[in-house]
Amino acid sequence: MVQLTLPKNSQLVEGKVWPKPAGTNRLTEYKIYRWNPDDGKNPHVDTYYVDRDDCGPMVLDGLIWIKTKIDPTLTFRRSCREGICGSCAMNIDGTNTLACLKSMDEVDASAVKIYPLPHMQVVKDLVPDMTQFYAQHASVEPWLHTETPAPEREWRQGRGDREKLDGLYECILCACCSTSCPSYWWNGDRYLGPAALLQAYRWLIDSRDEATGDRLDDLEDPFRLYRCHTIMNCAKACPKGLNPAKAIAEIKKMMVARQF
Amino acid sequence: MSVSPGSSMRTPRRRVAGLGSARSGTGHFWLQRVTALANLLLILIALPIVIWAAGQGQAQTLAILGHPLVAIVLLLLIFSVCFHMRIGMQVVIEDYLPAEGMKVLALIANTFFTIAVGSAGAFAVLKISFGG
Repeated sequence: MVQLTLPKNSQLVEGKVWPKPAGTNRLTEYKIYRWNPDDGKNPHVDTYYVDRDDCGPMVLDGLIWIKTKIDPTLTFRRSCREGICGSCAMNIDGTNTLACLKSMDEVDASAVKIYPLPHMQVVKDLVPDMTQFYAQHASVEPWLHTETPAPEREWRQGRGDREKLDGLYECILCACCSTSCPSYWWNGDRYLGPAALLQAYRWLIDSRDEATGDRLDDLEDPFRLYRCHTIMNCAKACPKGLNPAKAIAEIKKMMVARQF
Repeated sequence: MSVSPGSSMRTPRRRVAGLGSARSGTGHFWLQRVTALANLLLILIALPIVIWAAGQGQAQTLAILGHPLVAIVLLLLIFSVCFHMRIGMQVVIEDYLPAEGMKVLALIANTFFTIAVGSAGAFAVLKISFGG
């Protein structure tokens, strides 16, 4: 559903400016979205100053530094800090990306502005509720479907067919793409979004999968698939350099191909 | 992302499943592209004719627009553009109107408007062509 204005209790207000750490001139300013479900207050933007001499180069290093040294209540997800777990996806400097892969020096603005992934329900601070996103991924049944009795050893696949999965299997489900997509913002309850559709295509072109027709049947829907209007924010946002828009276009081509 | 009121106890998978796949949408997608191609070709033919006719006197303009080949191109153009406009507007309505009742009314109004505009255009071309 289109929401051009925020509900009153979601509107941002000025937050606290935390004191600058003493004894350093190398500071980077962070402006971070804060919201606590328990205090009944509106979300606010707090300002922090990170001591660059005491901190790693990435935006996530700065967040961890703030949480350790200044404000332990700051809440965000992180785990691998090397771009493979997808936990620290957030909106940094206006773009959805992984905090662990984004260097503070890459941010052109004077402050590193950090918000949770857009148009998601917020659990706390920078932590969005991913329930629906994961359910959408599960709905494309991202596992091998076969009717042929399983072979004694593995299902075999030619080198060429295996190469078709490159650019698809690398997705880490960070949700940067889906939450950058206006169609997903407006109709995320019915449109599956780029991440789930990229995974749907990953199984559609898997040479070992025997349920291609059923998979296409389940996707053939004005909302589930065809809400994609090739806006391409997904491809621009993906921190892994994947192209969900292309995968969706390929699904549409398969849909047309089976009509004629 | 919206969760409809009263559905909070449904499982996330149930909410995603909704009413299931409509098993349609490909025809709509395909026709949007076919009519876009038709629009392009027909505009390329019609535009020079209209520009040429615009510089003439009224009688001459009517004679040009009434010529069978020109009239057929204009009728095809009106049909193709109106069809393209209707299915394009349908997508916009589906994108931006969340309320079910409002959406259905807008979709019906969209169809009625397109048929009215298309009929008026076609009638004008036919009237000129048949010399009424």
